Amino acid sequence: MANLKLQLLTELLKILPEAGIIQDEETLRPYECDGLSIYTEMPLMVVLPDSVEQVQKIIRLCSRLETPIVPRGAGTGLSAGAMPHREGVVVSLAKFNRILSIDADARQARVQPGVRNLAISEAAQEYGLYYAPDPSSQIACSIGGNVAENSGGVHCLKYGLTVHNILALEVVTAEGDILRIGNQGYDSCGFDLLSLYIGSEGLLGIVTEITVKLLPVPETTKVVMATFDRVEKAGDAVKQIIAEGIIPAGLEMMDRLAINAAEDFVHAGYPRDTAAMLLCEIDGMAEEVDEHIARVSAVFNKEKAGCIRVAADENERQRLWKGRKAAFPAIGRISPDYYCMDGTIPRSQLTKVLTTIQSLSDIYQLRVANVFHAGDGNLHPLILFDANVAGELEKTEEFGGKILELCVDAGGCITGEHGVGVEKLLQMPYQFDPASLEQFQRVKLACDPQRILNPGKGIPQLKHCQEYRSLSQASVGRHADK
Amino acid sequence: MKTDLHPRYQNTTLGAEAETILRSCVHCGFCNATCPTYQELSDERDGPRGRIYLIKQILETDQATARTELHLDRCLTCRACEATCPSGVEYGRLLDIGRGVIATKTKRKLRERCFRWCLKQVLPRRTLMVWLVRLARWLQPLMPAALQRKIPAGQKPGVLPVKQHSRRMLLLQGCVQAAATPNTNAAARRVLDRLGITLLEIREVGCCGAVGYHLADHGDGKYWMRRNIDAWWPLVEQGVEAIVVAASGCGAMLQDYGRIFRDDPNYAEKAAGISHLIKDLSCVIGAENLHGLALDTSKKLAVHCPCSLQHAMGEVESLEKLLKRAGFDLARVAEKHLCCGSAGTYSLLQPTMSQTLLDRKVQALTQDTPDLIVTANIGCQLHLASGTEVPVLHWIELLDQTSH
Ligand SMILES: Cc1cc2nc3c(=O)[nH]c(=O)nc-3n(C[C@H](O)[C@H](O)[C@H](O)COP(=O)(O)OP(=O)(O)OC[C@H]3O[C@@H](n4cnc5c(N)ncnc54)[C@H](O)[C@@H]3O)c2cc1C
Ligand code: SF4
Ligand code: SF4
Repeated sequence: MANLKLQLLTELLKILPEAGIIQDEETLRPYECDGLSIYTEMPLMVVLPDSVEQVQKIIRLCSRLETPIVPRGAGTGLSAGAMPHREGVVVSLAKFNRILSIDADARQARVQPGVRNLAISEAAQEYGLYYAPDPSSQIACSIGGNVAENSGGVHCLKYGLTVHNILALEVVTAEGDILRIGNQGYDSCGFDLLSLYIGSEGLLGIVTEITVKLLPVPETTKVVMATFDRVEKAGDAVKQIIAEGIIPAGLEMMDRLAINAAEDFVHAGYPRDTAAMLLCEIDGMAEEVDEHIARVSAVFNKEKAGCIRVAADENERQRLWKGRKAAFPAIGRISPDYYCMDGTIPRSQLTKVLTTIQSLSDIYQLRVANVFHAGDGNLHPLILFDANVAGELEKTEEFGGKILELCVDAGGCITGEHGVGVEKLLQMPYQFDPASLEQFQRVKLACDPQRILNPGKGIPQLKHCQEYRSLSQASVGRHADK
Repeated sequence: MKTDLHPRYQNTTLGAEAETILRSCVHCGFCNATCPTYQELSDERDGPRGRIYLIKQILETDQATARTELHLDRCLTCRACEATCPSGVEYGRLLDIGRGVIATKTKRKLRERCFRWCLKQVLPRRTLMVWLVRLARWLQPLMPAALQRKIPAGQKPGVLPVKQHSRRMLLLQGCVQAAATPNTNAAARRVLDRLGITLLEIREVGCCGAVGYHLADHGDGKYWMRRNIDAWWPLVEQGVEAIVVAASGCGAMLQDYGRIFRDDPNYAEKAAGISHLIKDLSCVIGAENLHGLALDTSKKLAVHCPCSLQHAMGEVESLEKLLKRAGFDLARVAEKHLCCGSAGTYSLLQPTMSQTLLDRKVQALTQDTPDLIVTANIGCQLHLASGTEVPVLHWIELLDQTSH
């Protein structure tokens, strides 16, 4: 290993300035994990290229030395996708932080992968445009990371996920070649490689440039907040709104724990003493917005909401959303650690699944805070735990696994937007049959025959799947015995 | 975040405090987004989340070298990260602890040590500073252009009010500000006099302690702090409405006295009492009726709210609100949350990063062609003035000049 490291270093110094290579154990440490800090691994080194040419050369070098590469954006991922490989190099794209061009007429922007999601909308603002997908981490996460994870956000209910808002990509392949996919138009012939690469978690190539679609800022945007004394009522209200044929720009739920933690940070005026809160945003033409807000409020009334409040101005609207978007980390105020799950379920199952999670929470004796995209059934139960207490992490992981399986059983899936990474490898065989997993492997091998790109993430090895199946069958057996 | 402190720090007050802060960080990375050094360098180690991780490592291994120190040195202590952090991580305090600990592990180069020693000896000493500023002005023509721009122009404090009002507040005289821009405090006294408030200055009160404290010499910092507490205390006991500070860098430090002396049986109570009374000048004047000042508000202002005011003291809007209410036209300013690169002694110790941030800040402040730039802290004022042709003032001077 020492030899390999030395050889890598010698060669890397021909590609990058010394400051662009981090290889001392002491200061490598901050790179050992992403936003899911319970999973850590130290890499051989971290490199910070700032040109596509450098990225190409690094990949070619790693290919020659058969060294794993882990791409990294802003490191806010929640599935340990950017966790380093013990024998590999982390390639940080953070220095690729320029917005290359904004074409207001064509409503698109060309950006480098390290640009923060929010920075795109900020830059487009002067043209009356914005980039729609807005993960709660949008202040910090990179657009390259969004592409790799096919990230979603509050506004994806109406405007789609990342995959619906990307027009073209420039990717450096596992051989170090440049691949340009997608085009300026809305349809392209041939295989839809764009959809393949979006959400591929750094397993198929390194994204070095992205053309995003921009949308005009809606004429009017209003948000209405409603509180409920029972989570089920909030769940019913969500179903009802969608059944009315209304497509809100965002429809989010928070429960008591999440409300209180977020309120401590933003002072948005969330009512603290309530079981659940919904935030429903409507955008569009003024008359339409007013009409929909009235109908949504009527639904809330019918479902016996406690307090119903329409944000009086832009300032208040922003504050209501800021609390929602800061809710995960705000949980740090009430618990030293949290583990964020990311299952998706059909909306009709919302109440049932939430109730089951609550009973699991009682069994495991671990608190759960809920804050999630209710409109599209993308749950984010946050399991609160204390990593300094021996055994609590393992208990949490087991509980988390149960939640994901619950989602699959309810007809949903194990990840809505955070990706599989290392975190959900175990649940992949629960979700997919062996034939599908086999097909994933084939695609991976076709693009990366040496398996140097983010190996060990995203797709489970079949060997592990079999082990997992026999394990969970045993556990099903045990439950049946009871 | 999980922690596993080295036995040396377990069961110590310092260790316990650091651990509480570390555990409140959930590693989300939001803070990197507003950190000036992360924005410039794009290196996890030069952002708050990485620095927190490095400090965690020091306290877990009880080891660190200059490699870690470099990244802690590069931190501006602007605390933008703290304002961004949804989890309420007290980064500034953790950094002070980290810097204090690492200072016991590494040995800086002789040249660096001498420079830091000089800063600690000279800056806090008002009389010495007055003479040095005079000397520098005298030698200015002989200096290279870059250095010339850093020397503050000569200032006369003007006539001071003599009337004694029944409303009384204390005013921090300070060190660098008193020497470089003596007109700031004088202007504060005149404007408040017009508003019916007398400001008292106590000669014995000196540097707030920030110079030494932020250079990881906590002993030196505390020396100044105790001196100030002792000097103010008799008057505080007699009853003053507030202790007013015109340099927000000092204000932030003074607001922290309570916490710094929390475990000091002789000073805990007094320090907390003093911290409680500290108010930035913009908050004091902002609470008054300004009609009596009859201001000339024809100038278009770009406002630079110092980090110490917006992030450390949490007064994000006090200054802008006050100026708007007074009737001034405020220019559009981008990236208001970013530090100008002055950051106490930072501009002297990390000149390259400091200059980069200065250029970025000047660009953000002048995009809307203001007539004047106003700010609320002496460090920012001098630093900004060295980077732009647009005149830079402490806002109180403007109020003083334009009120009749
Ligand atoms: C508090 C919090 C809230 C969050 N909320 C949301 C949310 O609402 N919706 C949501 O979808 N996600 C959310 N996330 C998760 C996370 O922010 C997203 O997954 C985000 O897209 C990750 O971006 P990043 O730049 O941080 O990527 P990283 O974490 O650095 O990397 C993520 C993955 O992308 C790969 N990658 C990164 N850049 C590239 C590139 N240029 N080319 C190829 N592969 C690359 C990495 O290898 C890794 O597998 C949240 C995270 C946090 C901490
Ligand atoms: S924002 Fe707060 S909780 Fe998140 S990484 Fe930064 S300090 Fe930690
Ligand atoms: S104090 Fe300022 S420079 Fe230091 S880590 Fe926080 S934001 Fe960055």
